[in-house]
Amino acid sequence: MKDLQETWVYLSASPLLHLTLTLIVFVGASAIFVRSGRNPLANPVLISMIVIVCLLLATNTSYDTYFDGAQFVHFLLGPATVSLAIPLYRQFHRIRRAALAIVVSLLLGSGTAVISAAGISWLLGAQMTSIVSLAPKSITAPVAMGVSEKLGGLPSLTAVLVIVTGICGAMLGPLVLNLLKIKDWSARGMAIGVASHGIGTARALQVNELAGAFAGLAMGLNALATAILLPIVWQLFF
Amino acid sequence: MLENFTLILFCQLLGELVVTALALPLPGPVVGMLLLFCLLVIRGFVPDELGKVSDALLSSLSLLFVPAGVGVMLHFELLGAELIPLSVALVVSTLLTIAVTALVMVWFNKRKPSSMLDGGGLDAPSPRGADQ
Repeated sequence: MKDLQETWVYLSASPLLHLTLTLIVFVGASAIFVRSGRNPLANPVLISMIVIVCLLLATNTSYDTYFDGAQFVHFLLGPATVSLAIPLYRQFHRIRRAALAIVVSLLLGSGTAVISAAGISWLLGAQMTSIVSLAPKSITAPVAMGVSEKLGGLPSLTAVLVIVTGICGAMLGPLVLNLLKIKDWSARGMAIGVASHGIGTARALQVNELAGAFAGLAMGLNALATAILLPIVWQLFF
Repeated sequence: MLENFTLILFCQLLGELVVTALALPLPGPVVGMLLLFCLLVIRGFVPDELGKVSDALLSSLSLLFVPAGVGVMLHFELLGAELIPLSVALVVSTLLTIAVTALVMVWFNKRKPSSMLDGGGLDAPSPRGADQ
């Protein structure tokens, strides 16, 4: 028994354990997703998060210890974002023709995201800190955290709200789009990208490359639009 | 393979440098994406190997969000106290944003029939279309 405990102490101190755990859980969650007939409600990111949080709580492991291992996966977000240039380039001839539609839908979508998030949480009595942390929820995490900090929110809370927003958009977005009978892949991709950044883009890419290219573009443009416009609009109101 | 992964990392590094030097409100990787895009426009095509590296990275893009998502465990108390306002605002706002963005795009595409064809708008969605 002592040997087992020693092994556990040794393993839990090495990044290998939590890196492997992240991959095993995600592979399992993806299998569940495929088994469900690729039902967006069986979102692999959400399933993985729930399973890993439960395991960490059960083994009394801190997030810092977990992240020592998981950071290697986290690091690849940067190169993956850069490589969104490839679907963007492959579909550029279509994107260029829709330039005006992209700019207008981006500005209206971006405005809707910020104003409705801040407005609804304010109406329901959330504290100012939470409202500010929620406002940039639809843009990619590093930019959202910067905006939130600038306006007096909690960057780490913003990071979590951004991820949950991404999952929410990837899970429920297709239902909304089907309900509205929107079949145009460019519009579906654009909507998912504006509302739910990289997680939505990941989902869109799996379904259709045109939708993925629009989603990746929308994610980048919305990060730019929100980062510039939100602080200006905020000063007008508060 | 190695050259292309290096190219991607190099674009990211350049992106970080540009963002820091010009104090842009953007993350380095997004600027890196724009730099790589410009390189592709100059080159005129996507080299096969670069396409393979990018497809490999993007095919498991969702996995890369898991470590940050697990950070939810740091905020259970605050989230618990404001669960209702935050979750209602988050869900309603996200769905509203999707609806508004998509409807504006479709409205524009209807005014200009050529781009509707480009978007595959005339085809009925395939069964897989339902799960985007």
